[in-house]
Amino acid sequence: MIIDLPRFVAAERVYWDELALLLARLETSPEARLSLPEIQRLHYLYERSSADLARLDTFSTEPNLRAYLESLVARAYTEIHETRAPVKLRWKSVVLAFPRAFRRHQAAFRLSLGVTLLGCAFGWFALRMDPHVKSVLMPFAGLNSSPAERVAKEESAKTDKLRGEKASFSAELMTHNIHVTVLTLALGMTWGVGTLILLFYNGVILGAVAADYIGAGFGTFLTAWLLPHGSIEIPAILLGGQAGFILAGALIGWGGRTPRTERLRAVGPDLFAIIAGAGVLLVWAGIVEAFVSQYHQPVLPYSLKIAFGACELAALTAFLAWAGRE
Amino acid sequence: MKTARQSRLSIETPEGVVFSFELAMPVSRALAWAIDAAAILTACSVVGQVCAAANLFSRDVAAAVTTLLYFVISVVYGILLEWRWRGQTIGKRILGLRVLDIHGMRLQLSQIVLRNLLRLVDALPALYLVGGIACLFSRNAQRLGDLAANTIVARERKPQEPDLDEIAPAKYNSLLAYPHLAARLRSLVTPEAAAIAIQAVTLRDGYDPIARVELFAELAAHFRSLVEFPEQALEGVTDEQYVRSVLRVIYTP
Repeated sequence: MIIDLPRFVAAERVYWDELALLLARLETSPEARLSLPEIQRLHYLYERSSADLARLDTFSTEPNLRAYLESLVARAYTEIHETRAPVKLRWKSVVLAFPRAFRRHQAAFRLSLGVTLLGCAFGWFALRMDPHVKSVLMPFAGLNSSPAERVAKEESAKTDKLRGEKASFSAELMTHNIHVTVLTLALGMTWGVGTLILLFYNGVILGAVAADYIGAGFGTFLTAWLLPHGSIEIPAILLGGQAGFILAGALIGWGGRTPRTERLRAVGPDLFAIIAGAGVLLVWAGIVEAFVSQYHQPVLPYSLKIAFGACELAALTAFLAWAGRE
Repeated sequence: MKTARQSRLSIETPEGVVFSFELAMPVSRALAWAIDAAAILTACSVVGQVCAAANLFSRDVAAAVTTLLYFVISVVYGILLEWRWRGQTIGKRILGLRVLDIHGMRLQLSQIVLRNLLRLVDALPALYLVGGIACLFSRNAQRLGDLAANTIVARERKPQEPDLDEIAPAKYNSLLAYPHLAARLRSLVTPEAAAIAIQAVTLRDGYDPIARVELFAELAAHFRSLVEFPEQALEGVTDEQYVRSVLRVIYTP
């Protein structure tokens, strides 16, 4: 028990102030490294302040002093017990974190791909069996027109339909697609059910569009239209689904005995890397969709567009499969 | 780590010392969010006006820049400020709130990004209904973004010292003549009892005279039961004067 509080405060304040100074230094530059004597001093000051806090428990009516010491001990506790390295934003490690995180969770990506393909199959068969469902399945009015009419219109266009609107169209595509991808990740918090529904729905639309155009004999037009931006956009949304399933897996935690907070803590950096990578891909896809995909033969030969899309897909696959391998 | 009660998160260090955080409730968090939303709208509006006034771009590019800036500002605002200000945005700063790691560790960039991106699901279907409900029912008042990122939002404590000159003027205090008993009294009075005594003294003029006498008699009896001062220290001291002397003892270092 402390009999003379003023004397206790006067004797200890010098140590608290020293600890506060050291902590302020560490907090303003987390990448700074302390020397061994400094680390030993920090540990000593932390233990001394912790002991002071314990002694102060006998003074239950000293809320200000207690709050100050609690905050000091909490900050020192953070610095001493934190085992994760501070973030170092070096371009190489940031860029390579994305493919490495992708490869660590390939099962989640396969699940994301599988659900989308299942949706594609559903959309394909639904439209082939009953063409009247087209108006229900297609999210945009532009997709409801007949493929033959659209192809004829696009190929005979004398003017640039996006003249004066390309940049704003591109910006809208980027923001919309990034929003959808982040939502696919975020819905992982519904134990993955929301992610699954969103991926399946995307697949249904894709399958229905494919059935509509391929069934009408315009497979080449469809491939040339979708591949330049779709070769990046669709994998990016699948990556969002992968992140959503990783989150759901950590939330559910099948078979393991690790606490939920630890499971979520373990996947956090990978989710960040994957969603950041997907965001960058979608910026590129938005530019390509507005400036390349919307132009058809004779302005841009289909073979050139398909080759461009195939190259993008090959480059992305190679990057995700091999970049940063050790 | 354990949860003492729903409004606080307590962390016990390996040294056996316990410190705690007061969890922010949904109402204060909603107010902070409203301030942040206003800040985002203001920032977007200012940037849009500057772009338009500068006439740097064509109409198409200006529209694209506005769309992208609104999106970037609304996404990056929370991430950047919480990263630079160690868990605070403008709204949180004004309302004295701070985002913290649930284990008391250093807040990581990935945690900040995740909790901010998951606003999309917390905001569903409108006005953060999902996040608000999650906050009300989760043990540590966490929305879904906080659960995923292992973060909490805590209230920064700024305890207010009572105005001693108002409630217990610095006159001669017979209790201070016995420093060892005064120290013992200071250690035994709980913050709750002290708070009740402060409230009683502050509002004393509004009480019915009989209720006032009874209230201070009860409070004085409680404080006397904690520490027994010698007769001469209490001679001629009324119950109300005794309570005011106790407060002066408690809050005078």
